[in-house]
Amino acid sequence: MNFERIREKLNILADAAKYDVSCASSGSNRKNTNKGLGNASKMGICHSYTEDGRCISLLKILLTNYCIFDCAYCVTRKSNDVKRAAFKIQEVVDLTINFYRRNYIEGLFLSSGIFKNPDYTMERLIAVAKKLREEEGFNGYIHLKSIPGASDELMYEAGLYADRLSVNIEVPTVSGLRLLAPDKKHEDFTKPMLKVKNELVRYQNERKVLKSTPKYAPAGQSTQMIVGATNETDKDVMYSATFYYTQYDMKRVYYSGYVPVADDERLPSLGSQVPMLRENRLYQTDWLLRFYGFSVNELLNHEHPNLEMDIDPKLAWALRNLHYFPMDVNKVDKRLLARIPGLGMQSVAKIIKARQFRKLNWEHLKRIGVSLNRAKYFIICDSKNWEKRDLDAERIKGLILQNSQGKFRKQYNQQLALFN
Amino acid sequence: MNSSKILIYDGSFNGFLTAVFTAFEEKIDVMDIQTHSQVQNGLFSDMETVFTQVEKAKRVWNGIRKKSYSAISKIYFAYLSEMEGVELMLYRYIRKLMGSEKEGHHDFSDETILKISQLARSVGREKHRMEAFVRFQLTRDEIYFCNIEPDFNVLPLISKHFRNRYADQQWLIYDVKRKYGIFYDLQNVALVSLNLKEIHFNKVHKSDAFLNEEYDYQTLWNDYFKSTHIKSRINKKLHTQHVPKRYWKYLSEKKEML
Repeated sequence: MNFERIREKLNILADAAKYDVSCASSGSNRKNTNKGLGNASKMGICHSYTEDGRCISLLKILLTNYCIFDCAYCVTRKSNDVKRAAFKIQEVVDLTINFYRRNYIEGLFLSSGIFKNPDYTMERLIAVAKKLREEEGFNGYIHLKSIPGASDELMYEAGLYADRLSVNIEVPTVSGLRLLAPDKKHEDFTKPMLKVKNELVRYQNERKVLKSTPKYAPAGQSTQMIVGATNETDKDVMYSATFYYTQYDMKRVYYSGYVPVADDERLPSLGSQVPMLRENRLYQTDWLLRFYGFSVNELLNHEHPNLEMDIDPKLAWALRNLHYFPMDVNKVDKRLLARIPGLGMQSVAKIIKARQFRKLNWEHLKRIGVSLNRAKYFIICDSKNWEKRDLDAERIKGLILQNSQGKFRKQYNQQLALFN
Repeated sequence: MNSSKILIYDGSFNGFLTAVFTAFEEKIDVMDIQTHSQVQNGLFSDMETVFTQVEKAKRVWNGIRKKSYSAISKIYFAYLSEMEGVELMLYRYIRKLMGSEKEGHHDFSDETILKISQLARSVGREKHRMEAFVRFQLTRDEIYFCNIEPDFNVLPLISKHFRNRYADQQWLIYDVKRKYGIFYDLQNVALVSLNLKEIHFNKVHKSDAFLNEEYDYQTLWNDYFKSTHIKSRINKKLHTQHVPKRYWKYLSEKKEML
């Protein structure tokens, strides 16, 4: 191993890959076969965390940061003056295996700048995955990036070796894409997605007949959107996320607050703040859609195109729909429990089990882990003590904010702080 | 009527299950269950030493598992927390479980039930952390070696994960705090105890137990770790919440931070 050379490449190519926020290693069920190396963990494992608090579970690198495209939001765009490098296929394989054997990582997340053309690039990515699987007997997690514009044949082959495939649409609106990435067409992104989706369906069907059907991307596909780069609303973002969830069976849609990497008049200027709070609210909304039974138009619609920054989206929904409340936690079904602010799905499950034994009171709910600060305005339980005042939405919101400490509070309280 | 008793067992999980068996069989009013190394005399209670019998332990294990699979794993996890007084709490938990027609261990409004399920969760979290935070170092004799110092006794829980994953390499994970380890020799996992001259955490100084190549990979990993940060998003508080400082000593990417 030419240590110094590898070291330099790794520094360049890991640095360029870090803007992809996905690092999930969950959802795959690949087993260790023939006493080989590795397996996939169903729930995923984060082996470390970056200093910005994101999970590190995969070796996330680019094969190369040479690129023929010039997308304004991207740090490796053609016109950007950065150091370029490219890994050899064997180098990526060696790094992955040696990191994996030391239990540093769950596997490899390989992406790439586009050199020559999309198919040429996609072939290289597949070659790495193939070598890992076939020559090294590696059963760990592999996430390959689908290169926009790659052919159907290659997308099929990629799924045979990878656990997850993803193509980042990056810009949630078509108009934004035209502005920021004029070389790319919307179809370039959706075509590989559609192919992967169809292959997943085919795999499910064939497997019912023949159990030994070769695995196809067992952890499904995902995508990422940058938020805050164009002037899209939260409604734009979440409606397009919902579109990808339903049309392409996405396992995950990731939201990445735009980190300014370029001095470009089409984009927020260098040094402007990363919209982390907004990102947080979008993820909360995403969770409400996927696990809490909300539909997107309840949370975001024509009248409310943006999420409220100072309170979470479920609370915001509840305040707009006070006529559903108060609910009796000892009576209402799971679907409705999930809609009470301050109750997570864990608490909901515990409440449903516990209330078979006795009626629950405030003390029980608190110990189960319900956030009563928010919940108490919306529920009644086995107690005469409940909120009897006829409070309107504004007043409830004020009371809740008064008694809570949000981690982002200082961001939207700046104006008040001026007068302190 | 039986007066209350303190049961003394040998400190093994089978020993504890035997004590539970004895308590049920002889209808003992249990005041406490203690290991023989930490016996405290109760002023007005009798003591009875229970000798571990695997047969009896098995009957308790199977009895509980038949009632509920999730309960038996909760009991085992909570037991490994080594928390003071956990035995008595587990005994109460088992009584509730076996005594109720309904699924008694789901009554989260009951203090014991809730506490045991929270303890089991903590131990589960520690197990998951150890599966993540083990950093093997390749020794000269081709063994992937790692020291750990977990809050709870999780080695018995993580053994299966590592055996399944690293089936083609020899590895040894050693619990420095409890002074025993698990060693995989490409066939089986065995319990070992070592006379370690030094504890191999990630010191800057190099030990000759390892090849130079080992340190190269640690450097690469270190570099990789650093290049994953996005400066404008630094959130140290969240970082230490996920990677609490007590684990840093054994994480090679944190070498320079100490």
